Amino acid sequence: MIAALLISLLLLQAPVESPSAFDMDEYLYGHVMDAYDWHITTINGKHISIPLPVIVRSKTTGWHVFSSAKLAHGHEYEGFFIHHDAESHKDRIMEHTSAGDVRPLDISITKNVAGLMFNSLVLVLLVLLGVRWYRKHDAREEAPGGFSGLLEMLVMMVENDIIKPCIGRDYKRYSPYLLTAFFFIFVNNLLGIVPFFPGGANITGNIAVTFMMAMFTFLAVNLFGNKHYYKDIFWPDVPVFLKAIPLMPLIEIIGVFTKPFSLMVRLFANILAGHMMILGVVSVVFLTAELGAAMNSGLSVIAVLFGVFMDILELLVAFLQAYIFTMLSSVFIGLSRQHPEQEKAE
Amino acid sequence: MSLITPDFGLLFWMTLIFGIVFFILAKFGFPVLTEMVRKRQERIEQSLKDARDIEERMASWTQKEAKMREDARKGQALMLREAAEEKNRIIADARTEAKSEADKLLAEARTSISAEKESALRDVRREVAILGVEVAEKILREELSGADAQRAYLEKMLDEASKADTIK
Repeated sequence: MIAALLISLLLLQAPVESPSAFDMDEYLYGHVMDAYDWHITTINGKHISIPLPVIVRSKTTGWHVFSSAKLAHGHEYEGFFIHHDAESHKDRIMEHTSAGDVRPLDISITKNVAGLMFNSLVLVLLVLLGVRWYRKHDAREEAPGGFSGLLEMLVMMVENDIIKPCIGRDYKRYSPYLLTAFFFIFVNNLLGIVPFFPGGANITGNIAVTFMMAMFTFLAVNLFGNKHYYKDIFWPDVPVFLKAIPLMPLIEIIGVFTKPFSLMVRLFANILAGHMMILGVVSVVFLTAELGAAMNSGLSVIAVLFGVFMDILELLVAFLQAYIFTMLSSVFIGLSRQHPEQEKAE
Repeated sequence: MSLITPDFGLLFWMTLIFGIVFFILAKFGFPVLTEMVRKRQERIEQSLKDARDIEERMASWTQKEAKMREDARKGQALMLREAAEEKNRIIADARTEAKSEADKLLAEARTSISAEKESALRDVRREVAILGVEVAEKILREELSGADAQRAYLEKMLDEASKADTIK
């Protein structure tokens, strides 16, 4: 892995010297960033991409819905255009107004939103397909095989190995959310690794998505926390001078926010880094194109081998990050649902 | 678009999409599965318990059966012994009965023999007496053919009679 990194880093220098080389920045960020259209491939310099609906609300002219194809190649449509070289709001839709360029309310179906919709549809269909077996059979008499068996194994693994031990006796109430979170992250991670349309969108490596995931866990923890949980935050069992200042409550309150923050950053950074690594390894093929056929083919073979290795590693990471997110969420929820008095009595 | 600033549009859609996914899966997805698996687990536990119960019952049955077998064997031995005793008794009874019957028959035979003998003796005696009388008649006729001889005989007879009186 380190060798792959070194090779890709060394080779990153190449395009600087030769201006005709492909744009590494464009290549990397084009893949991992959100966009208004879904770029599939480029054949002979011609971009093939799926235009997606742009939904914007201007303060002066109200709602506008149109295809992102209207904004391609720097075109302007109904006063809206994509800001390509600005410092702030780079690559985002802006509106020309009399008061200068302003950012409208933008809820466009971007590449990530479209990917999110597709992946969610896949997830819902897969789970409902797997669960259909239970409606047709008496699960007390027989156990499912095939896909339903796989789904049952995964669901019961998450429930029995993560949710039940981490939360304790209230686990049934949180189990649907945590299972949904696990499979949502898992499916999005997996489809993110698929290199071609309709996979490949960097969804769980996007801060907005992981922010919302962390937010849901934050809400699950703090909305349903019990008396003991809040007492531990505002009046923990420490010497009084630590509470009078109030040092400990401050630390505890910060902790309330750092927990979901860590969830957000961990998932985001892991998946983004995974995508970057794979892209970096694959880019070796293109970066070495100018070094001659022998060098290029030799390094391409190495790049492909490393690419295979990275993809397999990312499969592991896809599962692992879903597992970790679910486990830490369960632990945080479990901490908010402690019953120390009753547990002592039991 | 910046890498680390969350985009409002995506936040909005993420909330909406995750909300819908959560609603569908939490209502029609996972609880169906987990509930079924829970039921199956309960059933498996129940079945294991039942199996254990049956095993115990089987063990007790085997014990009972062995006991019954033992009892049957004892009963059989007892009956055999009783039957043997009965047999012996019957044989003994039969023997005694036969003996008594034989004794009775023997006794009867004896009495009838003795009676026969008696009557035979009586007949013989009568015959002898008749013969004696006839002989005596003949002899007397022969001897008492003279007067002297008749006298002498009378005297002798009187003597004997008187002797007999004195003896008496």
